[in-house]
Parts: sequence; structure tokens; C-alpha cells
Amino acid sequence: MAVYKQTYKGYSGTRTTPWLRFFILSRYSYARLFQSKFLVLFLAACMFYPLGCAIFIYLSHNIPLLTALRLQSGGMPPIDGAFFNVYCVVQGGLAFLLTVLVGPSLVAPDLANGGMSLYLSRPFSRTQYVAGKMTILLLLLSLITWIPGMLLFLIKAGCAGWDWTRVHAWLAGSIVLGLWIWIVVLSLIALALSAWVKWKVAAGALILGVFFAGAGFGAAINNVTGTHYGAFIDLMKVVRTVWSDLFRNSSAADLSLTQAWTVLGVTCGLCLWLLAKRIRAFEVVK
Amino acid sequence: MQTVVELAKLSVCFGKREILTDLSVELSGRTIGLLGPNGAGKSTLILTLLGFYPVKRGSAQVLGHDIRRHTKQVRTLVGYMPENDSFIADMTAVSFVRMMGELSGLPAESALERAHEVLFYVGLGEARYRKLGTYSVGMKQMAKLAQAIVHGPRLLILDEPTNGLDPSARRRMLRLIGDIRDSGQMHVLLCSHLLRDVEETCEEVLILKQGRIVHYANLAQQRSVNQRFVEIETSDDHASLAEALTEIGCKCTTGGNGRLKMVLPEDFDLRQIYRVAAEQDLPLRRLNYRRDTLEDIFLAAMEA
Repeated sequence: MAVYKQTYKGYSGTRTTPWLRFFILSRYSYARLFQSKFLVLFLAACMFYPLGCAIFIYLSHNIPLLTALRLQSGGMPPIDGAFFNVYCVVQGGLAFLLTVLVGPSLVAPDLANGGMSLYLSRPFSRTQYVAGKMTILLLLLSLITWIPGMLLFLIKAGCAGWDWTRVHAWLAGSIVLGLWIWIVVLSLIALALSAWVKWKVAAGALILGVFFAGAGFGAAINNVTGTHYGAFIDLMKVVRTVWSDLFRNSSAADLSLTQAWTVLGVTCGLCLWLLAKRIRAFEVVK
Repeated sequence: MQTVVELAKLSVCFGKREILTDLSVELSGRTIGLLGPNGAGKSTLILTLLGFYPVKRGSAQVLGHDIRRHTKQVRTLVGYMPENDSFIADMTAVSFVRMMGELSGLPAESALERAHEVLFYVGLGEARYRKLGTYSVGMKQMAKLAQAIVHGPRLLILDEPTNGLDPSARRRMLRLIGDIRDSGQMHVLLCSHLLRDVEETCEEVLILKQGRIVHYANLAQQRSVNQRFVEIETSDDHASLAEALTEIGCKCTTGGNGRLKMVLPEDFDLRQIYRVAAEQDLPLRRLNYRRDTLEDIFLAAMEA
């Protein structure tokens, strides 16, 4: 029978495992995202700094090559907590830019087009929806942050030997934990703002605003009041305080470590609350 | 016959306002129409059945599953076509329907196969690789229908499926609904303002008004009963005529403006009506066969 003459047929085949279905959203989103050449180029550009770091680590252990290049190994900075702290700041900044690029297109179009009722009328929960959308950012940001960071650590461990690895094993934990915190905060903020404003462009502007306006207002509050309370709304400063502690760097931060963790916790909580409010199949107009 | 929807004193509130009040009914038809004026609570009832709104009192079951305790099972068995624009603009129809199939639990390969099948079925076969954002209103309605049936649900909930459709598209949509009904593989719950759509497709009708059930009618049963319905129009008061016709076995109801509706007994000779009218010296202006239309039922329910 020709396909256009088909009558309705039911489905009686197998069904997939419910708890894995949130990956479906991620899969389709990746397919759409990677159609953008700009995003692919940006991702490639994000690898330049880790690549430079890898070359640096290799060079610092290759005495014959250093001699050939007339460089002294003693004059090169050590590969320690400070080195990886700088790595986190650079790649963390790029992760932020990637979030501004990708984040707004995650939830806003679904809300603007009324797609939420289609997702949630299926055996698919709001938590799975958020998890699916968040996985997109978590994996993308991981690709340019802690994964290359861990590769750098392994390259260093391979070059420096067991003694260095044993003494500096804490660095691996700091890289993973420090960057995961940043990734989670960025992802939650991007999703919450994307869900709140429903408009992609406005959501992108708002994500930028939260960080840059936060830093600006924070500095203004500090100057006007002569206190350090402005640092509470400067998320870049907050996360740097946490990184400094994780990488055992001394910093003249405006915030204590407890305050920094509290601000991050409150930010995540606020984002989850916003998501719980906005990710609904239908809004009840009171 | 399996009960499709069973409501037992179901009440739903938004804040302090009660939207649905003490709804109790058992619906088991192949196609069920949900009627009511704006704000009657039709969409709220549908969304409550899907588990979107919390139940304040009472209970509801869909295909034997409690909507509160087995929400996921209910959603697995149900296909929902929303009233408003609901799509993902930058996806092609085939990707969209496939994704919706996968979210309903179909494996990726089966979902792709089914997406092609249902898009051909609803008449979007040639346009299935176009982005949904470029579709006309009628095509979007068809795409919404395709996503609702891709996973082979046992109950299809259609909220105003003919909204915004031109006459030919409306006819095509109704033909599809009829075809789905006749396939015998799923029940259809149709919510619409358009009485003709409901009358053409539905076997059972539930009429809501201000959050309460005001009428339930089994149209299929009424159609299948071998009864003759007649409406006559007289020039004068017909109370005595109705009385006389009742005496010879007719069931009469007055319809106003000199109109009298009646159900005739079996083997009834129509000439008897003329004879009774002549005896009472009442001229008959019109006599025609006519059963209550859904519009009559609806208007009577609204006036009640």
C-alpha cells in the first residue's frame, strides 16, 4: 500500500527506561547547537589556552629542548596551585562566554512557543526536563574546563613522576571541584534566566548583566558604603575566593570563605526556585 | 466496555476559587465530546486529567489509573493535542514528532519510523522536512495531532482541534478523528466549542457549565434507538393538542412559538396527528421529522 493511503496503526513495541529519557533532550539540543559554525569555532578557540599550558608543561620538563631554545628551566614558573588557579580563571571566563552563547536558547524558546505542555503531557517530569537541559551545559562546559584541566594535571604527573603526583594529588580534586562549582552555578543561572524572560536575546543580556552589572554595582556599593558587602553580588569575585582557597593561594578577598560558599548556595537555591516557578505545563492566572 | 474516564466528586481549585465542583460521571464511549461555554472548566478538566492541576476533593481515573497516584502511567496512555500554539520553532516536523515519540518511551529507531508514518497519515508527508516555524496554522494543527498519536496512545485528548482551520482543513481534521475512532485502537476525548464538530464525531457528550456537569447525553444510544421524532407547528395554543396526542401514545414536549416535539410510538400512522388536529380545529402549519440536535441539547442544558 502506498504510504499516503495508510490508515492509523497503533504501537505495541518496546519502551525505553524512563529515567534515561532526559538525555533525549540533550541529544536533540546538541544536534541543533552544532549546526552553528560559530559555536564550533568558539569551542575550538577555547582549547588554545589548555593547549598552550600543555606545551608549557612539556617544555618545562624537556631540558634538551629548553637548552636548544636557550631557555632556563629554573626561570619558568612552577606548575602548582597558582598555575591551576590561573587556568581556572581563564577557562572559567570562557565557560561564562559559552554559557551566554548557549544558555538563552535552552528554555526560552520552549516557553515562548508553548512547548512545555507537549513535554510535560508525556511520562516526563519537570525535574527530567531541567536535568535534560542542564546536561547540555554541563557537558559542553566540562569539555572546556575540568576535562582539559585534568589532562594537564595528568601530563604534569606523567612528566614529573610519582613523587610530584603524590604530593600534589589534591590539585586534581581542586580542579574538578572548583570548576564543577562554576559550571553548576553558570548552568543554573542560565536556565533560570532563560526560563524567566522567555526571550532569547533578553535572556542573553540578562546573563551578562547578572555578572557584569553585579560586579559594577558591587564595587559601587563598596565605595559608597565603605564596606565589603558589595562583593556579595559580584559572583566572579565570590567564585575566585572559593578557587583561591581550593588551590591554597593567599588572596586579599573581600569575602570570607564561608560567605562565598553561602552566596553560591543562595544563588543556586534562588535559581532552582525560579525554575520550579516557571517550568510548568500551564500557568494559572490568578 | 472499559471506562475511559471516571470522575467521583472531583473538585479543583485555583487559590480559593473553585473551578470544578463535584464532578461525577463515567464515560466509556469511543469518542467523548466535552462541551460548555467559555470558562465552563473544560480545559481545566482536561489538564487535571493529565495531572497538571491538583485535585482538591474527590478522585479521577483515566483508563483505570488514578490520576494522582499513577500520573506517569496515565501520561503514557494518553496523547494530548493542546489548544494553543505548541511547537519547537526551529525543528523540522519529523525531528519534532520523533523527539516527542522518544519522550513517550519509544526507542529512537521506532520513533523515527512512527514519525514518518504519522506525518504521512495526517497529510504532512511532503512537508515533513520543513521547519515547524514555517508551517501555516492548519499545518501546525496537523503537526500537533501527529505528535499526539506518534506513541500509539489509548486515549487521545483533543483540545479545540479545529481552531483556526479553514473549511477544507476542518473537514480533513474531522475525517482523521473519525478514522482514528473507527480504527478501534484508541478513545478520543474531544473538547470543542463547535457543536457540529462534536455532533459529527462523538458518541457521548458531557456538558459543563460554571464548573459543574449540567448534562450528559449518549448520542450513539439515541441514534441507535428506533424512534421517530416529529416536530409540528400550529397556529394557536397547542396544550390541548399535546394532551390529545399523549392519549394516543405520543410523548410530547412543547418547544415554544406553537411548536410541539414528539416521539411517535411504533406503527404509528401520521394521519392520526392530522385527525386529532382537525378534531380540535387547529390548523397545522408544518410537520417534519426532527430529533433533538446537539444544539437543542446544549441550549436546554444552558437554560437549565
